[in-house]
Amino acid sequence: MSHSSVDLAARCRGLVKDFVSGATAQRVLDGVDCDIPFSAMTLLVGPSGCGKTTLVSLLAGLLDPTAGEVMVLGTDIGRLRGKSKVQFRGRNIGFVFQQYNLLPALTARENAAVPMIINGAPRRRALEKSTELLERVGLATKADALPKNLSGGQQQRVAIARALVHDPRLLLCDEPTAALDAASGRTVMDLLRAVAVGPDRAVLIVTHDSRIYDRGDRMIVMADGKVTATLEEKSMFAGHEQTGAT
Amino acid sequence: MAWLAIKMLVGDPVKYLGILFGVTFATLLMSQQIAIFVSLLKRTASQILDIHDADIWVMDKVTRFIDEAPALPDQDLYRVRSVPGVVSAVRLVYSQLGARLPHGGYRTVILMGLDDPSLSGAPTRFIAGSLQRLREPDAVVVDKAGYTYLFPNEPLELDRVFEMNERRARIVGICEASQPFTTLPVLFSRYSQATQYLPPNRNLMNYILVRGTPGTDQQVLCDAIESMAQTGPRPLAALTREQFAMKTVNYYMESTGIPVNFGITITLGFIVGLAITGQTFYLFVTENIRQFGALKAMGVDNTRLVGMILLQGFVAGSTGYGLGIGLAACFFEGTAHVPALEGFGMFPGLLVGIALTVMAIVTLASLLSIRKVLVLEPAMVFR
Repeated sequence: MSHSSVDLAARCRGLVKDFVSGATAQRVLDGVDCDIPFSAMTLLVGPSGCGKTTLVSLLAGLLDPTAGEVMVLGTDIGRLRGKSKVQFRGRNIGFVFQQYNLLPALTARENAAVPMIINGAPRRRALEKSTELLERVGLATKADALPKNLSGGQQQRVAIARALVHDPRLLLCDEPTAALDAASGRTVMDLLRAVAVGPDRAVLIVTHDSRIYDRGDRMIVMADGKVTATLEEKSMFAGHEQTGAT
Repeated sequence: MAWLAIKMLVGDPVKYLGILFGVTFATLLMSQQIAIFVSLLKRTASQILDIHDADIWVMDKVTRFIDEAPALPDQDLYRVRSVPGVVSAVRLVYSQLGARLPHGGYRTVILMGLDDPSLSGAPTRFIAGSLQRLREPDAVVVDKAGYTYLFPNEPLELDRVFEMNERRARIVGICEASQPFTTLPVLFSRYSQATQYLPPNRNLMNYILVRGTPGTDQQVLCDAIESMAQTGPRPLAALTREQFAMKTVNYYMESTGIPVNFGITITLGFIVGLAITGQTFYLFVTENIRQFGALKAMGVDNTRLVGMILLQGFVAGSTGYGLGIGLAACFFEGTAHVPALEGFGMFPGLLVGIALTVMAIVTLASLLSIRKVLVLEPAMVFR
């Protein structure tokens, strides 16, 4: 199934990324073409070292491409520089990290409010919104708990609330279930679908976790710095275990 | 973002207390040592600064500090009196000698022999007795700390008797006086009385206290006195009260190991404070590096991160400074009645100087950490 550019949250064309160390350059992405449509949960899979993290970093504007185009929400993020790139990222992209990266000194409510505060929202408004988000992720009763007093699954739910509190249109998740047991992983995926997928929203999940493949709508398969397959049918996901074989 | 910065700082109590300890320690050590150093140096000139009824001190040109003044002949007194603009010029003898106490003890004391008619240079604040009684036979007035030094653990009592140079001395007054550098008792007597206590010498007067006509420029009068003295047998120096005090302070600064010793302690306070604060702050940032990376990824630019870290440094610095100054103030309050430390304390210039130094410490400590955050690649949060 093909998507028109207006349906796309992100689009990469001919994307190349080299990491230079001294006189040698290592090509990590080699001509990647891929689309991330709205209203879908896209899984990005492939073996370790295939370039998934680099691709998601380019989509987030955390790295600059060596060549090619990265359009995110209609903006060529690869050409943005300095403050405008940081602001674009802060307003439009949400992140869920494998290690949660919650601030240990802040309560769940305060952690979830951080992106809004970064974007200049009044603290009170940010805390109200984060409380709403925590209710949606089922953590209302833990709003005042510090991260150290939460389980891994609960911390990841706080991280999801944090990722969504400022209404980003693109949510990038890096191995959101890797540190969780199977049940918690499925809960987190269902939660992401419920709160993050919408008509003008998209979710991209980098994962090795084959237990959650059935929760995705699409799958992009990578190997050796290239996209080797884009699967639109769930029935085709099962064959793509973490080896990334196509 | 200020809220976030402060929350991050105080949310790690162990490191926060570590940073506070470093700043508080540095503040306490530096402020206490500088205050003691300045107070000690001030004591070297306290007998000069205590005399308010003379504008100018005249002395032999070779005098380097108050305790080392050769005697002057009476002709010098008359020559100074002849200088236009001089309203009064009176003699003063300032010397150290031994005092034999009734119970057999022996103490060195400072004796100030004052001009008989005017008693210029006499203390003004009396705890017991009065200045008028100084005109009685064998009368001396002693400062309160000196009395305690002569008669430890005994109540303040007038008419107590002791001997100097085998001459009877009777305490007719107990006064407030600034402690001298040596913490020796300061005794005041009439000049004529003092000549009986001091060993016989052709000349005894070693200072001439001068008052100029109201409105006279003191420096002009000093120059006039020195100019007159050029024509005499020996050159004289004429210094304002402040100039002579500074000359005495400078002597101690240049000729003793006091500045070096205090300087070492103060420098150690700075270095140890910087080391503890810098290391703890660096650890704090290092341990939160993933969180800082996450903040970068979520849209916090380097300028705001630097602002957050500097704010954290400022908050820790201000709090530690307040604690350190508070502890130093407690020390000086607690020792206010210890004779050796009486009159020691902090002053506004010191508070401002220490505040600036503490801010330098936390800024330097922050800079170490800022560099780490500035070079932090936000994509590391995905690794």
